[in-house]
Amino acid sequence: MTLHAVAPVADFPPGTRRCVVLEGRRIALFNVGGRYFGLLDRCPHQGGPLSEGVLTGLVEAKAPGEYSFSRPGEILRCPWHGWEFDLATGESRFDPRRHKTRAYRVTAAPGEELKAETVPVRVEEDYVVVET
Amino acid sequence: MTTEVLERPSGERAAESDTRIADCDIHPSPKSLEHEIYPFLEKRWQRHLERYGARPRQPFLNGPAYPKGQPDAARRDAYPPAGGRPGSDLAFMREQHLDPNDVGFGVLNPLKSGQGLQNLDFADAYCRAINDWQIAFWTREEPRLKASIVIPYEDAAASVGEIERCAGEEDYVQVFMLNRTAEPMGQRRYWPIYDAAAAAGLPLAVHAFGFGGAPISGSGWPSYYIEDMTGHAQSSQAVLTSMIFEGVFDRLPGLRMVLIESGFAWLPALCWRLDRVWMRMRDELHRCKRRPSEIVREQVFLTTQPMEEPRRPRQLLDCIEWIGWDRLLFATDYPHWDFDRPDRVLPPSVDRDRRRAFFRENALRVYGRQMP
Repeated sequence: MTLHAVAPVADFPPGTRRCVVLEGRRIALFNVGGRYFGLLDRCPHQGGPLSEGVLTGLVEAKAPGEYSFSRPGEILRCPWHGWEFDLATGESRFDPRRHKTRAYRVTAAPGEELKAETVPVRVEEDYVVVET
Repeated sequence: MTTEVLERPSGERAAESDTRIADCDIHPSPKSLEHEIYPFLEKRWQRHLERYGARPRQPFLNGPAYPKGQPDAARRDAYPPAGGRPGSDLAFMREQHLDPNDVGFGVLNPLKSGQGLQNLDFADAYCRAINDWQIAFWTREEPRLKASIVIPYEDAAASVGEIERCAGEEDYVQVFMLNRTAEPMGQRRYWPIYDAAAAAGLPLAVHAFGFGGAPISGSGWPSYYIEDMTGHAQSSQAVLTSMIFEGVFDRLPGLRMVLIESGFAWLPALCWRLDRVWMRMRDELHRCKRRPSEIVREQVFLTTQPMEEPRRPRQLLDCIEWIGWDRLLFATDYPHWDFDRPDRVLPPSVDRDRRRAFFRENALRVYGRQMP
């Protein structure tokens, strides 16, 4: 496991997203209300850039006309064909086993704990860290 | 001293290693009507557009009857950074599509024009403006791109005039219609258009959508966009059936037709059915002399997008074998949301000759062009 510090926490506020290249792979990062998520930036269908997709929520229906909306901001729609993925797991909504993209663990960590990094780290700051 | 003669690749070898593709369905939009379309539209029609709008042949609505899969029917990543609608910025189209996907020959199919409008005089003027705009703003700036002659097809005489006006300009590669017309497309009111296309040596391209005024499915108005998308295959089947049995292809054996954005997997079953009924009941017809599947094999081509995606890719390949690898023209539909990406549409088992036919040679043959 390698830890990559990708940005100071202060530079990556809630409601924003960014794309980083780690070990040759583009990874889409999201801050949804203070929680961090990371997905491989490539849709398993035709390769659409997931980092440009719309964040939506989970719409479920028990029966026609009865629907619920939950987990706002945690479901990502591919910008091309609209396939939906769970930000937390990378699994698609419609066929989670067969169609998924890789999810990365993204956390905030104090600078003094970090060894591997992709941005210069100062010990007095906290950083957003991606595990690969 | 010795002279070494290096073995140089012949022209043929060089051509074989050329991986450029043809994309037969690209949708351009004007950045603004005022700057790009009005220069080609008389003042009188500019005022008309502002006062009355572009009213299609359908009740109550000023645009498509169904919402799209994404806003503006566009890929979310296709909005130009400098602003404007997707498909309106040539520099960004090069950067996002033509260059990375190695498109050497791209056919522009403008969807917003005078086609399907109720006011036929305005439809004619608007089509002319869109045709002039394609040359001035696109094909003159980018030799990889080619234009379509959009025509006000519910007015055959005006359409013929426009085909004749444009046909001398090399950058136009096809006559362009939409597949939901006021009457089935094989009927005689449209024949002068086909005669003019054949006389100009241009393929007749028929793209999905349009405003015929009739419900978009064979059983009425469906509820959802997803049914609109499915309905394109039905519309194209109705177009083809009408063109064949009304005798258009027998009248014009040199006419080539390209069906755009309706998929293609339905074609084998349709041909089986047409052949069967033709064999048994053709004495009802006066003008259709050839077996329908033979007409299709000789005169009809289809663009690929949106490709059917069966769970077993082998089934798609079977289907293409039945249609013929020489019939399909690759298309992306850029910048629309249902874009097909060229490196993902065929499984790796497809050999090089088939790929070359599918991705470029068929298109260059149909349009009679070389890669620029």
